[in-house]
Amino acid sequence: MKIHEYQAKTILKRFGVVVPRGEPCSSSREAAEIASRLGASSFILKAQVHAGGRGKGGGIRTAGSPTEVERVAGEMIGMRLVTPQTGPDGKRVRRLLVEEAQEITRELYLGIVIDRSEGSPVVMVCPEGGVEIEEVARRSPGKILKASSVPGVGFPPFLARKLAYGVGLGPKEVEKTVILILALVRAFEESDAALIEVNPLVVTREGDVVALDAKASFDDNALYRHPELRELRDLDEEEPLEVEASRSGLSYIKLQGDVGCMVNGAGLAMATMDLIQLAGGAPANFLDVGGGASADQVRSAFRILLPDSSVRALLINIFGGIMRCDVVAEGVVAAAKQMEVRVPVVVRLEGTNVEEGRRILRDSGLNFTVASGMLDAARKVVSLSRGGP
Amino acid sequence: MSILADRNTRLLVQGITGREGAFHTRQAVAYGTQVVAGVTPGKGGTTHEGIPVFNTAAEAVANTGANASVIFVPPPFAADAVMEAADASVPLVICITEGIPTLDMMRVMTFLQGKPTRLIGPNCPGIITPGQCKIGIMPGAIHRSGAVGVISRSGTLTYEAVAQLTACGIGQSTCIGIGGDPILGTRFVDVLRLFREDPETRGIVLIGEIGGTAEEEAARYIQESITVPVVAFIAGRTAPPGKRMGHAGAIISGGSGTAAEKVEALHRAGIRIVENPASIGEAMAEALTARSH
Repeated sequence: MKIHEYQAKTILKRFGVVVPRGEPCSSSREAAEIASRLGASSFILKAQVHAGGRGKGGGIRTAGSPTEVERVAGEMIGMRLVTPQTGPDGKRVRRLLVEEAQEITRELYLGIVIDRSEGSPVVMVCPEGGVEIEEVARRSPGKILKASSVPGVGFPPFLARKLAYGVGLGPKEVEKTVILILALVRAFEESDAALIEVNPLVVTREGDVVALDAKASFDDNALYRHPELRELRDLDEEEPLEVEASRSGLSYIKLQGDVGCMVNGAGLAMATMDLIQLAGGAPANFLDVGGGASADQVRSAFRILLPDSSVRALLINIFGGIMRCDVVAEGVVAAAKQMEVRVPVVVRLEGTNVEEGRRILRDSGLNFTVASGMLDAARKVVSLSRGGP
Repeated sequence: MSILADRNTRLLVQGITGREGAFHTRQAVAYGTQVVAGVTPGKGGTTHEGIPVFNTAAEAVANTGANASVIFVPPPFAADAVMEAADASVPLVICITEGIPTLDMMRVMTFLQGKPTRLIGPNCPGIITPGQCKIGIMPGAIHRSGAVGVISRSGTLTYEAVAQLTACGIGQSTCIGIGGDPILGTRFVDVLRLFREDPETRGIVLIGEIGGTAEEEAARYIQESITVPVVAFIAGRTAPPGKRMGHAGAIISGGSGTAAEKVEALHRAGIRIVENPASIGEAMAEALTARSH
């Protein structure tokens, strides 16, 4: 689960990380009020959307007075912000973070992620801040310094010191950076984070070490024990169909293509998307109806896929194992009869009792194309999506 | 003829009285697996469909000589169950549970260090040695005893591959689903090493997917140490970056973990890669024929 910058900063502050003074708002009047309260000589207005690269799309702007803050905020709230990470449609700006501007002498990168092969959180720092870390990793991977949390020990201060000296900070800055890194690791572990990124981490003219930006996402599987974090979820920032699917317990991701697919199992679902592409089409989604593909789940899946106007044909690919193909077929037929299916549907079944399953599909009276193999199914559905036979 | 599990495996089921645990225990027994004990705290001293139930794994092992355990415990308690099995010196633990927090799994991995327990999973279909022993949630009937080992991060996609092998007349030595989570007890390389030591495994099917670098590690190991033919498939060529594709571990993050990188690494290691997941069986049949000539 992703959260907004202002939410991440509130959490980090609680752990002792220094962040700029500021508050979120959703109207230009509020923005001006915040600016007056802050009483600074210049301000930063930052669009609160779940996407990076905001600066490039006009999502981060400066202002010199509360009056100017009000004017700029008026321009930003309600705009569609397009950044390299939002896609061409961009994201509507509903909220801003108004902060006191900082006088910066140095920018760095600081991030924590899970190192899958080490099985522990790893802290990464880089002397270049404010740029995309993926870009640095490609261009000059040697610039990124890393240290892993030690199982059973945690993250000892010496590792933080090693990183801080490693990026060339002076002794006073090192001291503050060490405190900040240790606070960040604590925040990461205590909140079951999946990623915390401070980009940039800055040294100010006064010599403070400040988290100028903050990005955090959390392990969905651990949210059950963090009710306070669960409340930070902003459904406005998520794809509406994905939200609805997650309510029905389905794993669904919207893609750009026009061939819808409904598959049991995540691996097979990915493989099916790949096959659609191999057959010359483009998948409209990822959808895992669950290993068993019960009638209820199939019905929920239809409810997600059918209203999507970009779906021009639908492929149902089910491997019936312990849940036999005839049972799966009955479920699919029952669900389809209840729904108004307006697009051509290709069904490919394999597994236990497959002949009986195919017979049920053929005799259903529904306009289903029953495919014999996975590739055959993909070719048929791609052809149908283009109005072909 | 197999690795890790065979007809001498004596299975303990943790969470045997739960819905999933009970259902798959019945399936395992029907397949011929020796299920010797169950654990459900608070239900010790009772029996479940004729299988003795204990309060703790230690008691279950002491009383029944269980040498493997399968876990069907809900996510908040599953990490604890893995550690309990390891503490009871169970040499093989298979965790089916999906949805265990990553930090819990990190603690489990630390706990397992220096202990002789091998953990398979979590979030996996389990392990089967056809004709001998089924531990997990896979459909037993699609398997057939033979000489090809199967390793996969997936569930149903593995069944697809197995069904194709069987349809081509190729049996399996052992099939292992290592799991779809980012942190796993057993990785591709560990299983490859076991297959390498099994003289009866004459071919290996490897099914990977986006996320992490386990396939790249596997490619290096196969190139250096595996002499039998390997057929690989990588799922997720069309997956967008930054999105979790169902499995907690199936995510392209920071530009790495893409299918293209994995395919490239496997290709460079000289491994046969199929683009069409429906041709895994045929590809293995060809590889085995080429080898025997």
